[in-house]
Amino acid sequence: MTGSRIISLGHYQPSRVLTNDDLAQMVDTNDAWIRDRVGIASRRIASGEETVADMAAAAAEKALAGSGLTATDIDLVVVATCSSVDRCPNVATRVAHRLGIQAPGAYDLNTACSGFSYALATVDHAIAAGASRNAIVIGAEKLSDVVDWTDRSTAIIFGDGAGAAVVTANDGDEPTGVGPVIWGSAPDKGDAVRIEGWRPYIQQEGQAVFRWATTALAPIALQACERAGVDPSEIAAFVSHQANSRIIDGIAKRLNMPNAVIAKDIVESGNTSAASVPLALSKLVERREVPSGAPVLLFGFGGGLTYAGQVVRCP
Amino acid sequence: MSSREEITAGLAEILEEVAGVSPADVAESKSFTEDLDVDSLSMVEVVVAAEEKFGVKIPDEEVQNLKTVGDAVSFIAKNS
Repeated sequence: MTGSRIISLGHYQPSRVLTNDDLAQMVDTNDAWIRDRVGIASRRIASGEETVADMAAAAAEKALAGSGLTATDIDLVVVATCSSVDRCPNVATRVAHRLGIQAPGAYDLNTACSGFSYALATVDHAIAAGASRNAIVIGAEKLSDVVDWTDRSTAIIFGDGAGAAVVTANDGDEPTGVGPVIWGSAPDKGDAVRIEGWRPYIQQEGQAVFRWATTALAPIALQACERAGVDPSEIAAFVSHQANSRIIDGIAKRLNMPNAVIAKDIVESGNTSAASVPLALSKLVERREVPSGAPVLLFGFGGGLTYAGQVVRCP
Repeated sequence: MSSREEITAGLAEILEEVAGVSPADVAESKSFTEDLDVDSLSMVEVVVAAEEKFGVKIPDEEVQNLKTVGDAVSFIAKNS
């Protein structure tokens, strides 16, 4: 047993596009301001009936179709989400049912925006422990359900969508495809991002989050490279949580990865919390911007405050 | 311990690097947001750079009190 690897990816976004001009009709804001502060041009918003499970299943279906495996091969489904309003059944069992996966281990995981890297790590660990051979890991969010559409400081930021990966056990000589995770949290700063109470609305202290993200996280992301034995100069793509374009630039600058494509899916998708990393990664791979086998640094961070990152080999 | 003039000059260097503000525009009476067009996120970058340069801690809750260059100079002079 030599760990696990990602063999395919898939993503799904709702069809409705919400532009900055649309938002300017709803709250006091404008296109130039939004592009300058957060780097978003548009985001996708789910319809009223569309659920987190619907989007998660749509992304997972695509990932499974590209994997060469079938539903009967999958023995574990893990969904990272912080915006699913239903408590039970969880999203993972709904996805499994939709895809015809008969009896998988199935759980949801909530570490907000860092969720996909946490979920991928737990799947990697389960495979290493022999508890799974083929897993689907998903990040899916319907943040439009928890956005206060009268609050211009948050309404401009968030979007809906899902991304998924099929992860399989490595046999024999294949190089490790999912590197060691570096994960942690800053619980004393938990109040900086909140989706609390009922009915919950997202609130955040933008300056505090920006400061933490642009100062504390680059050294941690570097540790993920070190643990994987990959020099930052070898990284072919940096796929971080798509929180804010200026945060992504701030972290990337400190990492010094001259050969890396810097994922900026935020421009067309907004901040989709746990969905942002797999969504951005799936699109990069679909557009063939990263060669198969190349090292990609994934790094999630946000609510909690939590963070997690690992180097993966591009499928 | 630096003089107010030295701190102002140091802040001008930071403002130029972080937010593209011309050093000639920087004076104690100037408001970061109104006069120098430094937005809330650039202000965080200025604060982080100032902490490094002057060896001070500027807590999150203090940042909103730093309206003018003079406010920042006073805070740094008192705490460095």
